Amino acid sequence: MSIDPRAHYAASHEYARPEGDMLVIGISDHAQAELGDIVFVELPQEGKAIGKGQTFGTVESVKAASDLYMPVGGKVTAVNTALQADPALVNREPYEGGWMIKILPSDKKELDQLLDAKSYGATIGEE
Amino acid sequence: MIFQEAPTNTTALHDWHLAHGAKMAPFAGYDMPISYPTGAIEEHAITRRSVGLFDIDHMGQVEVSGPGADAFVSKLVSAKVTDMQPPMARYSLLLDEAGLVIDDLFVYRLPHSWWIVVNASNRQTDLDWFRSHAGADVTITDRSDDTYMIAVQGPKAIELLDRLAKPEVSRLERFTWGNISMGGVPILFGRTGYTGEDGGELFFPADKAEFVWTRLLDQGTQLGIETKPIGLAARDSLRFEAGMPLHGHEISPKINALEACFKWACDFDKDFIGKAALQAIAEKGLSRKLVGVEVFGGVQREGYEIVDSTGTTVGHCVAGMFCPTVKKYAANAFVRTDLAKVGTPLKVIIRGQAKDAVVVKRPLYIPAYRR
Repeated sequence: MSIDPRAHYAASHEYARPEGDMLVIGISDHAQAELGDIVFVELPQEGKAIGKGQTFGTVESVKAASDLYMPVGGKVTAVNTALQADPALVNREPYEGGWMIKILPSDKKELDQLLDAKSYGATIGEE
Repeated sequence: MIFQEAPTNTTALHDWHLAHGAKMAPFAGYDMPISYPTGAIEEHAITRRSVGLFDIDHMGQVEVSGPGADAFVSKLVSAKVTDMQPPMARYSLLLDEAGLVIDDLFVYRLPHSWWIVVNASNRQTDLDWFRSHAGADVTITDRSDDTYMIAVQGPKAIELLDRLAKPEVSRLERFTWGNISMGGVPILFGRTGYTGEDGGELFFPADKAEFVWTRLLDQGTQLGIETKPIGLAARDSLRFEAGMPLHGHEISPKINALEACFKWACDFDKDFIGKAALQAIAEKGLSRKLVGVEVFGGVQREGYEIVDSTGTTVGHCVAGMFCPTVKKYAANAFVRTDLAKVGTPLKVIIRGQAKDAVVVKRPLYIPAYRR
């Protein structure tokens, strides 16, 4: 499983990766592998403010729907519309083309409450 | 799919599945492969373009024999069977007195008996039902434990089997069976299946499971015929696209044969259990009917509500998924009969939001052998 060293991770497997003032949000490689083939991704509207730990969308795999939780609270500034036509991008490149939303964090310090790449790797059994 | 708790059973290929990285989950009391590292969507595609192998040993087999067997089977199942001669095989329903569906079956006419394939979760229910309706001139034998069952499905399945088994299976018509031999293993081959593709289902001695399975896989690859193991997730999407029912979803003891659109599997020219009830239901008119629904904006799962334009609940979904071949999000649902016409606009409630949907023609994928 690959772990993006630049990203921070929630225990529920979402990542937040700083990009200028923004954070790019998605799910980890480990999460996509556990879910299996992803067939639909539901994401919020641009401009929506969502708090840390709140649901920002849903990812549907072949067998089940799973909620997506904000690793950091903030306002949605961009939504990856490519996932509408090709949700399997999340499987193929979870950290690149399979990103989900970009947010302007309301409190950047929330990032420190997340796991860094090394600690996240340890929680999923990868050293 | 019905995911029951605490599986107690495993098939003889269980270790093989684990060794090959399968994701396992309980299904009908068995710990079964849901998908392999190939992935459910690709497994679906492989079965549509080449050959998929399915471990379906959780299915049960019951042999019915004795001087009273013909009359018993004819009364027991909904389909016409009195015209069946070896090597015929036919789909049928098992109904209760109310016309509700206990199970669906595949009935094989053997030279001196009947071979009935039942769903895994219903094996004991069906056996109890058979035995409680059988007279002294009928013998009912559960053959599930000593019989292994594998499905070989796909446009190149017949070619693969012709290369590996004797005599050739290509000589057999759809819905017939023949005795073949592969590497010395005697196999009863039925040219049937549950995917919408050509191919067959193999019955053979249970201790030969790994031999037959690995021989098909290895030889297929050596012959240049892409052959892969396929899990239950793809099996579900394959059968769904092809319009085949899954027990506990499109059919169940709470659903009658007519509302599930199975009049074609009922022979009203003979006597069978449930016939009178179905005739009364037909006379009164159906209150609901099984339809296909295409959904826009999400995956409609089992249990989701369907509403009309005023927001009134008019039905519910019994199965739904992304269909990899036709590339649609679709569901099977029971809806009020007046809303069952193809083209009827409906709304589906997905996580509290009403999403657009429309009634579509079933099946979404016309089985290869019907084209």
